[in-house]
Amino acid sequence: MKHPILHPGLNLGPHHGQTHASAEKAVFGFWVFLMSDLIIFGLMFATYATMSNPVGLAGGPGPKEAFDLTSVFIQTMILLVSSLTFGFASLALRHEAGRGRIALWLVVTLLLGLAFLGFELRDFAHMVEIGAVPSRSGYLSAFWGLVPLHGAHVAAGCVWILVMLAQMATLGLVSVVKTRLLRLGLFWHFLDLVWIGIFTIVYLSGLAS
Amino acid sequence: MNTDQPLHWLLGRLDISALPILPAIRNPTPSEFVAAGAALAVIVGAFAALAFLTWFRLWTPLWRDWLTSTDHKRIGIMYVVLAIVMMARGVIEAGVMRTQQAFGLGGGFLTPEHFSELFTTHGTIMIFFVAMPLIAGIVNYIMPLQIGARDMSFPVMNQISLGLTATGAALVMISLVLAQFSNGTWAAYPPYTGLDFNPGTGPDYWIWTIVFSGIGSTLSGINFAVTIYKERAPGMTLFRMPVFCWTVLCTAIIMIFALPPLTVAALMLGADRYLDFHFFTNDLGGNMMNFVNLFWLFGHPEVYLLVIPAYGVLSETVATFSGKRIYGYTSMVYATMAIAVLSFCVWLHHFFTMGQSANVNIVFGVASMMIAVPTGVKVYNWMATMFRGRIRMTVPMIYAIGFFYLFVIGGLTGVILANPTITYQVHNTLFLVAHFHNVIIPGVVFGLLSGYHYWFPKAFGFRLHEGWGRLIALCWIFGFSLAFLPLYALGFMGMPRRTANFTDPAYLPLLYVALFGAAILLVAVVSILIQLWVSVRRREELAVPLGDPWNGRTLEWATPSPPPPYNFAILPQVRCIDDFADAKATGRAYAEPGADAYEDIEMPDNTPIGVFLCIGTTVLGLALVFYIWWLAIASFVAMTLVFIVRSFRVSSSHVIPAAEIAAAHRHWLDQVRAAAPVTRLEETHSANRGLAVLERPEMTGAAQ
Repeated sequence: MKHPILHPGLNLGPHHGQTHASAEKAVFGFWVFLMSDLIIFGLMFATYATMSNPVGLAGGPGPKEAFDLTSVFIQTMILLVSSLTFGFASLALRHEAGRGRIALWLVVTLLLGLAFLGFELRDFAHMVEIGAVPSRSGYLSAFWGLVPLHGAHVAAGCVWILVMLAQMATLGLVSVVKTRLLRLGLFWHFLDLVWIGIFTIVYLSGLAS
Repeated sequence: MNTDQPLHWLLGRLDISALPILPAIRNPTPSEFVAAGAALAVIVGAFAALAFLTWFRLWTPLWRDWLTSTDHKRIGIMYVVLAIVMMARGVIEAGVMRTQQAFGLGGGFLTPEHFSELFTTHGTIMIFFVAMPLIAGIVNYIMPLQIGARDMSFPVMNQISLGLTATGAALVMISLVLAQFSNGTWAAYPPYTGLDFNPGTGPDYWIWTIVFSGIGSTLSGINFAVTIYKERAPGMTLFRMPVFCWTVLCTAIIMIFALPPLTVAALMLGADRYLDFHFFTNDLGGNMMNFVNLFWLFGHPEVYLLVIPAYGVLSETVATFSGKRIYGYTSMVYATMAIAVLSFCVWLHHFFTMGQSANVNIVFGVASMMIAVPTGVKVYNWMATMFRGRIRMTVPMIYAIGFFYLFVIGGLTGVILANPTITYQVHNTLFLVAHFHNVIIPGVVFGLLSGYHYWFPKAFGFRLHEGWGRLIALCWIFGFSLAFLPLYALGFMGMPRRTANFTDPAYLPLLYVALFGAAILLVAVVSILIQLWVSVRRREELAVPLGDPWNGRTLEWATPSPPPPYNFAILPQVRCIDDFADAKATGRAYAEPGADAYEDIEMPDNTPIGVFLCIGTTVLGLALVFYIWWLAIASFVAMTLVFIVRSFRVSSSHVIPAAEIAAAHRHWLDQVRAAAPVTRLEETHSANRGLAVLERPEMTGAAQ
């Protein structure tokens, strides 16, 4: 290996000079934060698992009435593709393809993120319509505690992308903007990973049982 | 508190009945007078503090040098101040409770409702706003110095952590004046704390107190861990770190993994109370056992989070005041790590009686007993460190001796309680209260107070008064023994915990003994303030500006007292464990560096973001407690906007020029050369200026 990898994930590389080295601390710290955040999701998953049974359902609507697998599959595809497009943005950053290229991929990612949220909100609206609301049962409380928490993370990620677009426009690709883009990338892929868990545990196994 | 009142849109459910003075006028009982008196004390205390700051024109220095500072040393001191203020309240509450129980035969002066509120706030305050800030304070101050760093990895986030901890403390204090805090114990089990049984403000205060300070502590944990992993001085490998730093690393890891369950549990309870969720309700499929599991999934690692840094402090003081390197360094490190890992595997022993099968109980029982093994390794290591050491019975050593005897008793009763069959007999009796106070006071409090005495001269440049220190230590040891050891017997006699009154007169004699012990503990706490006052008055005679009053062994003693903002003029090159002791023995210490060795140092600028977030989250918390929705939204939006706008500022550091650093460093080295070093016999005398005679140099080598 020509140069040491300073932190897990995509490194900027030595051609970024001091920024490459200073990213080590910030990105490592963000990994640790994500670990802590993952505990939160893990506990929400555990709560969901303990409540998806007849007692938790309390006679209320269950997965078969509440979920629309087609819509959820579309959301999954959108989110996975958005991870890919963010990956392109990160590569453009690493290979110094210019602000325009990075911004382009970030905007594509943002649009995909918003599309995901749009589909998700539509599903939520449907659930509210059929009375699958958190006040109905413990099971639905666990659902509304877990899935919208992920949605809120995605919304925060979208705001973060907007802020980064503004910072790239006003500040340029200075050191702190680059390390923030690296961290945003980790955050975005992390949300993808959590969604895989939601898709499998909440939607697929919910509809399979 | 109804929706018909005219200002409901503006003030939510906050109205005049929230003030505790009114019930005291309407219903003049001792219980109400105690509540009104506490509220009055908070108001008078707050005004006295404001008047003091204004009279002595301290607002500007307070803002410039402290509240906006990102220096880990100043943040550490602010944590400790917060902890001491909150400890005053926690100890007074304990005194009131002990008095109530001593007069509790068939009555007493407090209503059971008020008594419940007292043990709830006492527990919440002592854990979250005394023990945690004391630990965060000492870690903040000492850990970067011990690993040879200039600051924490994330200085601004460090300030934000302090701000969020202060938010929690502020909410608990405000709850004395506006409405009531929770009466559902510090663990706040639903469904009692749910909306059906507890519609008032209490559990809401608890939720937001816990959520904000919990987030602050999680961020602290991230900061501590990243600092230890990334900021160590050249040559400071992990296995050359002082044991204290290892304990900080374990504590930081526990903070990162164990505080999220608490935040999740509190927010779920909040969802139940605010948004009509059914996580923990009795009806519609709620499951309160989920809360109990989540809470103790935090709660058990939490007690190790508290005690592990205390182990670290003792490892430093026992080694220093025995004049020897810590015995069994590597086993010490592995024992600490083993305790940190095991702490996540035992949470169920807090509720053996809540319906699991016997097989599940015994798994957790065995795991709980296993913790005694690494803890025993540590106790033997400390005693082996003292063996044939050059022991001085100064204040930290008195605490250490008290710790050995009393903490081992607490640990053994813990092994007893780890047996589920015995727990079935003594669960919810005072035996349990005796046990956990017996590990927390001799473990955490003794450890941290000895650290306070040990490192105080490092932070302020003068020692604490030794005589008062010994009195305080002895008051803690004997006060604790009298206040809590009788509770074991009372527990066996069947006296339940959390009870305001009782009907069996057989409890009385031991309750009087416990009350007497509590009085001694009150003397100890008041003496801490007197000691501080006396030491400040005599600071000239107690001054140790040269930085090494105890013949220290680790890097923090290689700096002047107090250390400059950048900690080290030149980053130390570490060669071995206890590098400063080795440097003194081999003549490397206090060496004059070449002129080109000094470099410009970049330090983070001051920022008001921590104060802003503290005020913002306090307002947000109060708005949520009182259902003032517009204010909640406004404060949340304001904080988000400030956070985003602030991120557009790029440069947030300043450079201290090399010449300035060189001048300050050379001045200190000149003072060191001119000073007369003292032997260990004169350690507590005014001749001690912070420079130690190298005693028994041959042993320094041999003991390695």
